[in-house]
Amino acid sequence: MSFDQALPIIFMAVMGLAMLTYVVLDGYDLGVGLLMPRATEAQKDMMIATIGPFWDANETWLVLGVGILLIAFPKAHGVVLTAMYLPVALMLIGLILRGVAFDFRVKARDSHKPLWNRAFFAGSGIAAGSQGWMLGHYITGLQPGWQYQVFAAAIAVALPAAYVLLGACWLILKTENDLQRRAVEWAKIAWLPVVIGMGLISIITPWVSPTVRERWFSMPAFIALFPIPLMTVTALLAARGMLNSHRVLGTLCWIPFALVVTVFLLGFFGLAYSLYPFVVMDRLTIWQAASSPEALKVILIGVAVSVPAIAAYTVLAYRVFGGKASELRYA
Amino acid sequence: MDAVLLARAQFAANMSFHILFPTISIALGWMLLFFRWRWLRTRSEPWLAAYRFWTKVFALTFALGVVSGITMSFQFGTNWPGYMERIGNIAGPLLGYEVLTAFFLEASFLGIMLFGHGRVSEKLHFTSTFLVALGTTISAFWILCLDSWMQTPVGFEIRDGVFHVTSWLEILSNPSFPYRLTHMLLASTLTVCFLLAGVSAWQVLRGASNPSTPLVLRVALTVAAVLVPVQVLVGDLHGLNTLQHQPQKIAAMEAIWETERGAPLLLFAWPDEKARTNRHAIGIPRAASLILAHDPDGEIQGLNDFPDAHPPVAPVFFSFRVMVGTGVLMLLSSWTGWWMYRRRRWDPSALPRPVLWVLTAMSFSGWVATLAGWYVTEIGRQPYIVNGLVRTAEVASKVPSGMIASTLAMYITLYIALITAYVAVIKYMAEKPVEEGPQTPQSGSAVAAAAAEGTAA
Repeated sequence: MSFDQALPIIFMAVMGLAMLTYVVLDGYDLGVGLLMPRATEAQKDMMIATIGPFWDANETWLVLGVGILLIAFPKAHGVVLTAMYLPVALMLIGLILRGVAFDFRVKARDSHKPLWNRAFFAGSGIAAGSQGWMLGHYITGLQPGWQYQVFAAAIAVALPAAYVLLGACWLILKTENDLQRRAVEWAKIAWLPVVIGMGLISIITPWVSPTVRERWFSMPAFIALFPIPLMTVTALLAARGMLNSHRVLGTLCWIPFALVVTVFLLGFFGLAYSLYPFVVMDRLTIWQAASSPEALKVILIGVAVSVPAIAAYTVLAYRVFGGKASELRYA
Repeated sequence: MDAVLLARAQFAANMSFHILFPTISIALGWMLLFFRWRWLRTRSEPWLAAYRFWTKVFALTFALGVVSGITMSFQFGTNWPGYMERIGNIAGPLLGYEVLTAFFLEASFLGIMLFGHGRVSEKLHFTSTFLVALGTTISAFWILCLDSWMQTPVGFEIRDGVFHVTSWLEILSNPSFPYRLTHMLLASTLTVCFLLAGVSAWQVLRGASNPSTPLVLRVALTVAAVLVPVQVLVGDLHGLNTLQHQPQKIAAMEAIWETERGAPLLLFAWPDEKARTNRHAIGIPRAASLILAHDPDGEIQGLNDFPDAHPPVAPVFFSFRVMVGTGVLMLLSSWTGWWMYRRRRWDPSALPRPVLWVLTAMSFSGWVATLAGWYVTEIGRQPYIVNGLVRTAEVASKVPSGMIASTLAMYITLYIALITAYVAVIKYMAEKPVEEGPQTPQSGSAVAAAAAEGTAA
């Protein structure tokens, strides 16, 4: 394979990485947003403080992911986003509401704070739900038909549940005392819908796409791939087990979050393996959708230089605001 | 309604909403850096108070800019799927570099800039503020480069309808780019100056001024008084550049239908596109030729020279007048304000109330001028998306118009609500007295930071 032919694969990998990073990082933000109505007023401020310094940068990974879809796979960008016109618009409205409510709630007069809290919750919910719907629609190849819509609707419930689980585990990591104990309870409630959702995806995708079926259930691939579902199940069970232990309130507070992130990673690899080399399932391969090699090379230079820099200052930000969250104050 | 027109209306609505916030955050970032630097040098409390207050406005503005910017990255695909298929090889890298070099830089360091004091050294904090300001400016660089290229395309060849790059150097130095970039950065600075001056004047009027108010007003009026004339000059140069590359846009701006020498400058007119003439025209003879061609007998090409290839006249004509009119008001108010303020030895409470009211009324004048300017340049590019080469209708989405109309209604409702909330919250914050408490945080000390005044976010 020549370098020109390898370029779309490189960009698929970068795009996948950006999307995965987005789902994990903004996933916990959205999860925290979804949990807001369950907390007391003081706890709400603390929950916001855990995500305050990070959410802007977290959301930027979505811009990078969609940006690469736009610039490296322009044909797919058109096809995918035209097919998902309505959920995309809904998600954007959700993200706008969530993002602005975040800032407005502490700057508006006190009597308006509950309104912005509700906008924060609603925005997180709309964004998470429409992302779930898009995921469900996307992995079945954007096909019309009621059965696909039902599946997409199921994922529209499962993905927010996964975000809630991730968000609750983030809170276990970043908070103390009563809020931390409540986060453990929230994580327990979210666990089952996540398991059901992942199970559904694992059953439905090979069922609707012969390509996926062939790829997972032919020998010897089946045996080689078996560790992926096995590890996913193990990580999910371990996370659930940890939530029952009082030690997550102490030094092991990071473990549930790490395990849930592992589940997201494995799920992502499973999906990536199912889809590759398609950018739209069974319809458009990454080579058919890619921009010209010259344009990709120009962007690749930027990616090679800036992505490590982005990673470095992301690490810096997480170190500066590491440990248990404390009240946020402007400098 | 026509789907292309709806798609354009939706894109315009999103773009208009989005541009409001970067217009403020680009220059406000540098203004904050200046406040912080003054505080570090002088250790004088008012500079720190100015930094603190305007950081809150910056955080809010930045959040609105980020969320509306995300909308933009999706809109290219949802509204103009053909755009990236045709021009992706040029637009792609420019947009990509914006995200990679600017968007992440500003978003990542914003956390440290806003909340990092007491956790990081003063040096790293100052550097973070610098990087945020730099990020917003780099962002403007890439976006305006792409926009300018669409107005004055160079450095490409077309193979099978798809644009391929022949020279990145030519693209990055396309003819209208230096003018547009300077014009926009100055517009941003002036928008911020009038916002700062307006909010300060409002604080004085409401008896809510604090030790930082006189300083902020002085900086804002001084910078505005110096830069408004510069902006007029740059705008004139930009106009000459446009006349050279997009004569049809100039013809629409001045509503000149027939090519003529010694064209009059229309102060008012009602361009009638069907009859291809102006109604109720009042003009200054030869002034348009003098301004545009720097020659009272200069020839200005008319719209009739561009059959089926010139922009809609009325919106461009009126937008241009709104922009220039606002600019004149900015010139008058900043000069009068600065002169009177200086005469009163920089004591804002001594300023006559009408002056304070005028400055307050001008708080968001930068938004009006910037939006009007954008309408001139972008509507003025129609019916093309890439000037003279690709028509907007060719790349539009095939999404049913009902769906576009319903999402457009949703966006507009949300945007009106958010702009109202934004203005209301700035007004509320301006009137709120500064919280009591020790004013000087010791850098690197969490204890002092915890004691420092400021609002939790």
